[in-house]
Amino acid sequence: MSKKQQKASAYWKENVKYLFILLSIWFLVSYGAGILFKDVLDNIQIGGFKLGFWFAQQGSIYIFVILIFVYVRLMNKLDKKYGYDT
Amino acid sequence: MSVQVWTYVLVGITFALYIGIAIWSRAGSTKDFYVAGGGVSPLANGMATAADWMSAASFISMAGIIAFAGYDGSVYLMGWTGGYVLLALLLAPYLRKFGKFTVPDFIGDRYYSKTARIVAVICALIVSFTYVAGQMRGVGVVFSRFLEVDINTGVVIGMVIVLFYAVLGGMKGITYTQVAQYCVLIFAFMVPAIFISIQMTGNPIPQLGMGSKLNDGSGLYLLEKLNGLSTELGFAEYTEGKKSVMDVFMITLALMVGTAGLPHVIVRFFTVKRVKDARKSAGLALLLIAILYTTAPAVSVFAKTNLINTVNEEEYTNMPVWFKNWERTGLLTFNDKNQDGKIQYVADKKANELVIDNDIMVLANPEIANLPAWVIALVAAGGLAAALSTAAGLLLVISSSVSHDLIKKVFVPNISDKSELWAARGAATVAVVIAGYFGINPPGFVAAVVALAFGLAAASFFPAIVLGIFYKKMNKEGAIAGMVVGISLMLFYMLKFKFGIFDGGKAAVPSLEKDWWFGISPEGFGSVAMMVNFIVSIVINKFTPEPPQDVQEIVEDIRIPSGAGEASGH
Repeated sequence: MSKKQQKASAYWKENVKYLFILLSIWFLVSYGAGILFKDVLDNIQIGGFKLGFWFAQQGSIYIFVILIFVYVRLMNKLDKKYGYDT
Repeated sequence: MSVQVWTYVLVGITFALYIGIAIWSRAGSTKDFYVAGGGVSPLANGMATAADWMSAASFISMAGIIAFAGYDGSVYLMGWTGGYVLLALLLAPYLRKFGKFTVPDFIGDRYYSKTARIVAVICALIVSFTYVAGQMRGVGVVFSRFLEVDINTGVVIGMVIVLFYAVLGGMKGITYTQVAQYCVLIFAFMVPAIFISIQMTGNPIPQLGMGSKLNDGSGLYLLEKLNGLSTELGFAEYTEGKKSVMDVFMITLALMVGTAGLPHVIVRFFTVKRVKDARKSAGLALLLIAILYTTAPAVSVFAKTNLINTVNEEEYTNMPVWFKNWERTGLLTFNDKNQDGKIQYVADKKANELVIDNDIMVLANPEIANLPAWVIALVAAGGLAAALSTAAGLLLVISSSVSHDLIKKVFVPNISDKSELWAARGAATVAVVIAGYFGINPPGFVAAVVALAFGLAAASFFPAIVLGIFYKKMNKEGAIAGMVVGISLMLFYMLKFKFGIFDGGKAAVPSLEKDWWFGISPEGFGSVAMMVNFIVSIVINKFTPEPPQDVQEIVEDIRIPSGAGEASGH
């Protein structure tokens, strides 16, 4: 493998690692907290919200937005590290 | 001023604005027409994507559906937002780097095959047409209620407006009108929500108002109150669902993956300059969408509580004006079954006297809450902005599929740029007319099919695109087989369990529910069809030749963000 290719595949590996972590959180807040564990979390009440219901109708959406912006930041840094930011 | 005068004024001003923008941003080349010249800023693209995405269904119907479905309505909230995470992380940056005009462009080039391209064009057309008919209908409903013209006249007016800026400006015209439409629709959605939140809970932020105590001195939380009212009338508790966990899971997944696979959304990311702009504008788009999507469930709670308080056990003759207005449209019907002159709104179908269409909850909400006339008119303008912006985005996908993917790439490869531009305009015109026809004569299945369009997109595009990026050795045989099997399986399940065509028609549908595979509804089945698509693709891929070296190099290239040229069709 040429040097260029090595760099490209190292970049790709780090990218996939980020995707794995971020998508795990994506899964946990929506399918986990909002659906599979909804009934358990509903035993906790915050203000007028049961927690599972809150995740399903509010919380998961806030976290989705945060996830994308975290991804944008991580990738911009990664691009810079590998000199792909031009 | 009366509501009607206000409506004419606000709708008139917004329409003039859209037309003005269209004239200012005419398309001069196919590149302008397909991808707005490729130089849209991330913020403008984010706003345009948000407007493109939020259709008549999001603006008009969704809060109403949630108001009646309670927790079960969460599938739409999570499903239609979570898809953007997939889009931002798995698709948008790579497709932007790839740098072509359409989704079939990607499929056709990545899978080095005309067949793959044509399969993708057919999938794109099926998905987009089902969707656009629903938008035209939405335009008609708003016109007929607020401007008191006939629904059909409303559809025709909507057609003319869309035709004007989509045909003249292409993607460029559409992008900048969508930016304006986003502003109109979000303002129109938030103002009544804030008013009502203050009215009911004293909290000006609807997202918090939803979880606050009522300010009627009862000391109850709003959601507690609504749960109480619901059980009193025999409905399920609002914060609990009726659907099985399995079904909620599958529907959410189908909507998320379908969102990420919708061609009119994906194509928006071809319009920005660099890969990092594509990522950023996906984030901005979701942020702008989330403003509406976190407010909608609050609106649902306010509207449902208000509605029950206003109508239940009240004298029919004492009903406010809005009640009569909506009765005239047929979207709200009252039948005094026990002849006591009062309205009984209860879960028991035999005793229930009031039938309310989902669609009127958002539109009637400001009237139910006695808000000023200009707020009511604003909602009409917002509903129109939502429907028109989505219709325009879909029409562009249809016209570019025909003029670019079929005419240029398959039938007349040496067509000049100028002729292709005219072909695109012609295709857009034909598409508007067909969409208008379906808006005026809606086949009974439109509403049902719009929800299923996501299943179709999930079952066809999503696996082919994801594998095309993340699995370098994926070949054309696997991808084509996957798409064909995925979309066919979805169509089969839809026809069998949603239309009952193998069991004697629509009447048989309820009795087929017990036969659902693994208890999954047709709305959620897209998830299964998607998984089948993935499996078929990978298995066939193992037994067929590797893709050629130059295609594997393309894949390596799209994974690297630097050097993204401008989008080009050549």
